[in-house]
Amino acid sequence: MTDLARYQDALTIQHVLNTAKTIAVVGLSPNELRASYFVGYYLKRHGYRVIPVNPRESQILGETSYPSLSEVPEKVDVVNVFRAPDALPGIARDAVAIGASTLWCQFGVINEEGARIAEDGGMTVIMDRCLKVEHARYVGRMHWLGFNTQRITSVRAGLQ
Amino acid sequence: MTFEEDGIVTDHAEQDRAYGFETRQLHAGQRPDPNTGARAVPIFQTTSYVFEDPESAAAYFNLQEYGNTYSRIMNPTVAVFEERVANLEGAAGGVAFASGIAAQAAALFTLLQPGDHVVASSALYGGTVNQFKHLLRKMNVELTWVDPDDPDAWRKAVGANTKAFFGETIGNPGGNVLDIETVASIAHEHELPLIVDNTFATPYLCRPIEWGADIVIHSATKFIGGHGTSIGGVVVEAGTFDWSNGRFPVVADPSPAYHGLQFHETFGTYGYLMKLRAETLRDLGGALAPLNAFLFLQGLETLSLRMDRHVANAQAIAAFLDSHELASNVTYAGRPESKYRSLVEKYLPRGAGAVFSFDCAGGRTGGQDLIRGVTLWSHLANVGDAKSLIIHPASTTHRQLSDDELRAAGVGPGTVRLSVGTESVEDLIWDLEQGFAKVATA
Repeated sequence: MTDLARYQDALTIQHVLNTAKTIAVVGLSPNELRASYFVGYYLKRHGYRVIPVNPRESQILGETSYPSLSEVPEKVDVVNVFRAPDALPGIARDAVAIGASTLWCQFGVINEEGARIAEDGGMTVIMDRCLKVEHARYVGRMHWLGFNTQRITSVRAGLQ
Repeated sequence: MTFEEDGIVTDHAEQDRAYGFETRQLHAGQRPDPNTGARAVPIFQTTSYVFEDPESAAAYFNLQEYGNTYSRIMNPTVAVFEERVANLEGAAGGVAFASGIAAQAAALFTLLQPGDHVVASSALYGGTVNQFKHLLRKMNVELTWVDPDDPDAWRKAVGANTKAFFGETIGNPGGNVLDIETVASIAHEHELPLIVDNTFATPYLCRPIEWGADIVIHSATKFIGGHGTSIGGVVVEAGTFDWSNGRFPVVADPSPAYHGLQFHETFGTYGYLMKLRAETLRDLGGALAPLNAFLFLQGLETLSLRMDRHVANAQAIAAFLDSHELASNVTYAGRPESKYRSLVEKYLPRGAGAVFSFDCAGGRTGGQDLIRGVTLWSHLANVGDAKSLIIHPASTTHRQLSDDELRAAGVGPGTVRLSVGTESVEDLIWDLEQGFAKVATA
């Protein structure tokens, strides 16, 4: 079993959420009922630059879609993965090659080799966590729908 | 660490910490209001919410963004209550309702369709029995009642169309304690969820999700509110059940009631809860009022303190009744002689709650005389108030039944149900003595 806790550290997650600007979504679907579209739409709405990586599409969410990470012509902070777990090692190699700082693998995208490749390349790895949920938990409004954010704080911070 | 958050620098990045129950019953689900700094939970007494712009409104209605639209579906005060119960129960989230019965109906309607089948404990609250026997049957949902203490009975009742197991942590009023871990594992062998009504235990005494339950329901009217002020209920879900296992097309398939959205595939852990809110609550109504949510939150702040006291008083009252010549058949599961003792030690180590019954000598008349004689215990049809409550089922809730029918329902003609409050226990015993004196001289 992969020790997932080391890829789900709360402070690391908050650091990524608060410092990232550009997020490449690998496996972003153009179907607006799919989870990846929900996440991409949400991230764009919250001010991140979202870059679709999907070889079958030319444009998603109004943004140019690239066939692979290596073809993305700008600096990427986070590589967000919506692909089958066995695709992760290849994606991790590409992510290291383009100098991205974080590899973020969605729910169920668990692959130890992929995580190791990214870590050896100096990347931060988050695994089996949803980027939208974590953003909503720490920065957004997840608590408005009665979800258990597990946050406890008496600090007054942020505006809605 | 210092982060810049929405333009505001904060020095308070939040660490993972396993906060204790007593901390969470005060804090979970609420941050100080970012706009006003209010420390208490504000009561958002509003039906609706102004949208920033058309795109935001569309995103809220499409469930692409967490946003407030209309208080039949969500409300910020109610949301604090939902999250707090979910947190205390160890669930992924919660949805609150106008009553426990409404919560239960919604939990079931979300996963059932006509032709389905539910296996339920035969020792359930009468209101639940009515809902299952009449409302569910009217919806063409088949029921099988099983002896909750018999694991094989649960197993044997499963059919191809079975969709859920349903039981109570502590049965009402017989005091049966459900072997949650065993019944959950039988449910999961058949790819079914276990739904547990945890009203009598509260998350302080038992957390069914820790033992494998998938959905937990509360009548918040009882110990959660704790002061007999408000009617309400809540459903929380663990978020771990695989609703896409092929048995639950109503949860997993594209939803005609939500433009083809596949709730479980799209929202994963939160799929059932999203459907429960965005479809079932939206369409059945039965939303919890913000003021009631506020009162339940006030109750939750002292839940552990009250439950410890309820349990201590209940133990003392049960021991008193055990030694009283006019009382018999004391059903409190916390008695050392209870046949549920080992289950209590496992699931309810802090105590078996504070609701139970006993048989008063003298049958129907004896029960009535006892009620007539007490002046501190309140004669009414509720449980879980900080004040002690007493009722005689044969002359109230079960009045229409003959003695034989009463026995079949597990209620004797002289059965009296108690909900032990938090008063000075010597006053409660003194008052019961007053009642027994009436029985003895009748």
